[in-house]
Amino acid sequence: MTSERPTTLLAELTHRCPLHCPYCSNPLEMVRAGGEIGTEDWKRVFTEARALGVLQLGLSGGEPLVRKDLEELAAHARGLGLYSTLVTSGLGLTRARAERLRDAGLEHVQISIQDADTAVAERIAGVASVKQKRAAAALVKELGFAFSINVVLHRANLDRLGAIVDLAGELGADRLELANTQYYGWALENRSKLMPTREQVTRAQEVAQEAIARYRGRMQILFVLPDYFEQYPKPCYGGWGKLYLVISPDGRVLPCHGATQISTLTFDNVRDHSLDWIWQESPAFNAFRGDSWMREPCRTCPRKTVDFGGCRCQAFALTGAAENTDPVCILSPERGMIDEAIEGHEEPLEYRYRTLAGEPQRV
Amino acid sequence: MEVSTEAVPKLWKLARLDYDAVRGRPVLLYPEGAVLLNDTGRAILELVDGRRTIGQIATVLNERYQADVTADVIEYLTHLAERELIRDI
Repeated sequence: MTSERPTTLLAELTHRCPLHCPYCSNPLEMVRAGGEIGTEDWKRVFTEARALGVLQLGLSGGEPLVRKDLEELAAHARGLGLYSTLVTSGLGLTRARAERLRDAGLEHVQISIQDADTAVAERIAGVASVKQKRAAAALVKELGFAFSINVVLHRANLDRLGAIVDLAGELGADRLELANTQYYGWALENRSKLMPTREQVTRAQEVAQEAIARYRGRMQILFVLPDYFEQYPKPCYGGWGKLYLVISPDGRVLPCHGATQISTLTFDNVRDHSLDWIWQESPAFNAFRGDSWMREPCRTCPRKTVDFGGCRCQAFALTGAAENTDPVCILSPERGMIDEAIEGHEEPLEYRYRTLAGEPQRV
Repeated sequence: MEVSTEAVPKLWKLARLDYDAVRGRPVLLYPEGAVLLNDTGRAILELVDGRRTIGQIATVLNERYQADVTADVIEYLTHLAERELIRDI
């Protein structure tokens, strides 16, 4: 049981996506179309989420626009009073669909941009996409949505951060999220090719700080240092099972989008249980609440109420035990593996692209 | 941050005031965020309409609460302005 109420639900409506970005936060083993839960399931889940306290809804994926019921889901969410964000590549956002989404009450659209340089952007996405993204951005502006651009940063685009910020400004974004790659799932597979150098990160930080000041009042810019380059780990969404939940396309409920990689946990499904039960009672959501699960050095550390031992998914992926201190922490006995990874960047940048198994490689 | 009572505060165009019936609290919603408000916060934000000055907002509330809350109004709006939820002050 917990007294916490979640504020944010990320609904991964599908894993299908026209893009193949090598840092995708979806798991390596993705859900196929036939495994996705249906419209009525999602609507019920949104209703249950609102009753549980959720205020913010991310309609995400994969590419959520491949779901033909997206407009119906957006309308249902708005009817519940949720503030919804469409998290999209922009591909598939035709005028007709954008207008229907606006009429359904969708408030905020977030479009991903891979780079300011078209050739690099399309090499990252693994598909020609820049023209469609620009057209989608123009539509979002024209129809009056709140508009964010999200850019995942890594070695191949960090040196163009200034140009990326200015491109977002030209496209008229209200917000720009500069998200340094987090190494889970596909990004962990491609870590040595995505890993920036220390010099790149230092310079990017300076560029970001200058841009934040220059665009203040016009475009809100968010830039967080990549955790590998920090001394202490990130507090995972305010702690495991505290504020945030993710529902994967097949209906499994996760405390974090990277959690499916923790193979020692079983995640309950909205097909079998109410969202309330899963949040309050399910073993997976209670696994890392509080601090009784912690090992040293976390257990006696004064920072345990600040960062909660860091990311459980990262601890599992890198150390093999989700109860361990996130190895990003300088107090972790395993921090050395992070420094080795930083030094271990590789050329040339031949990525392993994100694909659903069996899907033809389009790169 | 030095704020004049002549300033005309405006809510960020992407933010909206709502009521969360689950928590029984007024709430400010905006992209990727939510701030739960108390009744005082709501009383202030309901008067932020892009026309009233901070001084005029304070006058309304001073009368309502029969006390001088000008400094509280300035502090509250300054705090939200630092988070870019209030603009133009």
